[in-house]
Amino acid sequence: MSIEVDNISKSYKNFTALKNVSLQIPEGELVALLGPSGSGKTTLLRLIAGLEQPEEGRILFNGEDNTNRDVRERRVGFVFQHYALFRHMNIFDNIAFGLTVRSRKTRPNKEEIREKVHSLLKLVQLEGLAHRYPSQLSGGQRQRVALARALAVEPKFLLLDEPFGALDTKVRQELRRWLRHLHGKLGLTILFVTHDQEEAMELADQVVVMNEGKVEQVGSPEEIYHHPANPFVYSFLGRVNLFRGRVHEGKIKLGEAEFETEWENKAVELPAVGYMRPHDVEVSLHAPADSSIQAVQAQVSRISLLGPIVRLDLKRLDTNEVFEAEMSRQRFAELALVENGTVYVTLNNLSFYVEEGQSVTPAPTFIPLQVSV
Amino acid sequence: MKHLTEPAYVRWILIGVALLFLALFLILPLIAVFTEAFKQGADVFVASIADPETLSAVKLTLLVAAISVPLNVTFGIAAAWAIAKFSFRGKNVLLTLIDLPFAVSPVIAGLIFVLLFGSQGILGPWLDLHDIKIIFAVPGIVLATTFVTFPFVARELIPIMEAQGKDEEEAAVSLGASGWKTFLRVTLPNVKWGLLYGVILCNARAMGEFGAVSVVSGHIRGMTNTLPLHVEILYNEYQFAAAFAVATLLAALALVTLIVKSFIEWKTERQSGVEEEPYIDVTGERAG
Repeated sequence: MSIEVDNISKSYKNFTALKNVSLQIPEGELVALLGPSGSGKTTLLRLIAGLEQPEEGRILFNGEDNTNRDVRERRVGFVFQHYALFRHMNIFDNIAFGLTVRSRKTRPNKEEIREKVHSLLKLVQLEGLAHRYPSQLSGGQRQRVALARALAVEPKFLLLDEPFGALDTKVRQELRRWLRHLHGKLGLTILFVTHDQEEAMELADQVVVMNEGKVEQVGSPEEIYHHPANPFVYSFLGRVNLFRGRVHEGKIKLGEAEFETEWENKAVELPAVGYMRPHDVEVSLHAPADSSIQAVQAQVSRISLLGPIVRLDLKRLDTNEVFEAEMSRQRFAELALVENGTVYVTLNNLSFYVEEGQSVTPAPTFIPLQVSV
Repeated sequence: MKHLTEPAYVRWILIGVALLFLALFLILPLIAVFTEAFKQGADVFVASIADPETLSAVKLTLLVAAISVPLNVTFGIAAAWAIAKFSFRGKNVLLTLIDLPFAVSPVIAGLIFVLLFGSQGILGPWLDLHDIKIIFAVPGIVLATTFVTFPFVARELIPIMEAQGKDEEEAAVSLGASGWKTFLRVTLPNVKWGLLYGVILCNARAMGEFGAVSVVSGHIRGMTNTLPLHVEILYNEYQFAAAFAVATLLAALALVTLIVKSFIEWKTERQSGVEEEPYIDVTGERAG
């Protein structure tokens, strides 16, 4: 079932959680809500479930308005961050809960419930644990019980709040793979909240990046990583280097390096920021032969060997800016780099954003530029 | 971890002081009660207990507890549920009000009811007119006892419910359970031992209350005398053996209460023992 969030706002006592958020989630997709803590992603999830009421806006399921519907009638599968299993019930009763609380008319009979619970236990690979209590299970097992319990009521879609947040790395990876598999098998729309960008990139068909109560960008993992809409998305998804400079009369100056730009506001000088991923930084021992390539000198201040890759902490000699570069082990061996040595760094692949408006403006607008070097 | 323990003599002194204190203030009086009760033989003991006035005091005490304990259980659960699971205006005021009976001296509590319902009181003339007796009658005793034992159940449940958070209730509701079913099948089972603990303490206090009841009861023998009041009357009349015989009933109640209380404590400890991960209230992270 598709979910549509239309212009939703929500605030708590002295804190705005969501500001005019709109979002469309197509049927059958696995979508991640990604953002730092306090960005409003959990609030959005709870609003969709009906556990909170919005001040403004509408929530539609398959085009049907559900804004004023009670949680109980929305038939949404919600999995809580800390699982929220009923601690005094065994696993069987936990999973059967959604069926046994139905009114006598709509309740399936005992045999049907038993069958349903056992097929769900099989689905989440916990057969034989029906009579255990939640406290006797591991974190990963509890998480799967919570999923089975949510699936028992045949929900229209699944909402997962930080589903793997409280688990250790190895279990988390297994569960991710398993969830991906489950999604393929059930074809259910799944929306999950995470603050882990790797998790979002690995699992989701679509990633919704959120910050300070707003949606910053929606796109496939590929899109948001390679074409971030703004500096926030750029710096939230993985490591990033920042080069500060100024734009004036069509030229961006970052220390000694200069770039041509089609920036229209030519008369005024404005601050500009260049963003670059560490793995896009090209390091060489000599200045490039082609003089049109912008290269600056930098000092290697630290070398970290991280398994298959090598990370360098570098310091630009012209501006003293500190930045990172990543390269393969092989390339590192070719260059025979040592700490405190001097290298040339090519500033290709830079994405520029210009800060518009006065410096007193709390949230400056950034506009990406076309750069012609 | 040897360096963290105190030297042996310090430990023995501390334990000795504690035991001496316990013997002096708890065990000795208890022995005294029982020896005094049986001083003139078992016949006198049995006679004192079987005395019609004593029996009527027992009956009244049981009746008062049977009314005020269920009232306070109902109120306590409702208040704890409201305070722990919802946020609303005036929550702190309600919390303070629940504690009020603990802060006020029982005698004052009794006087409040005399001032309200007594013949010179605010509602006195109206009650007289309709021939309703509250003060110096059973309703007054029930009211005073209920007031004094008001906080026990609520105070016991609020911290437990708050610690458990509302995740399980939200899960139940999202699975389609009604408010009533959520309460019966999720909230109540989660607090059952805490609730029983509160009931036991509430009951012990309801049966043993002296001050407030003394003010409102009027000490009418065979009519408005509860057990503690009866003990006092017998004692004042120099019927020591009888006074102590009746007192053994209250002492026995205290002992039973202690045993049940330790059993519940042991039970809850065992239950929470298997709970390796505490259920953390995540309201602080909700906004995330």
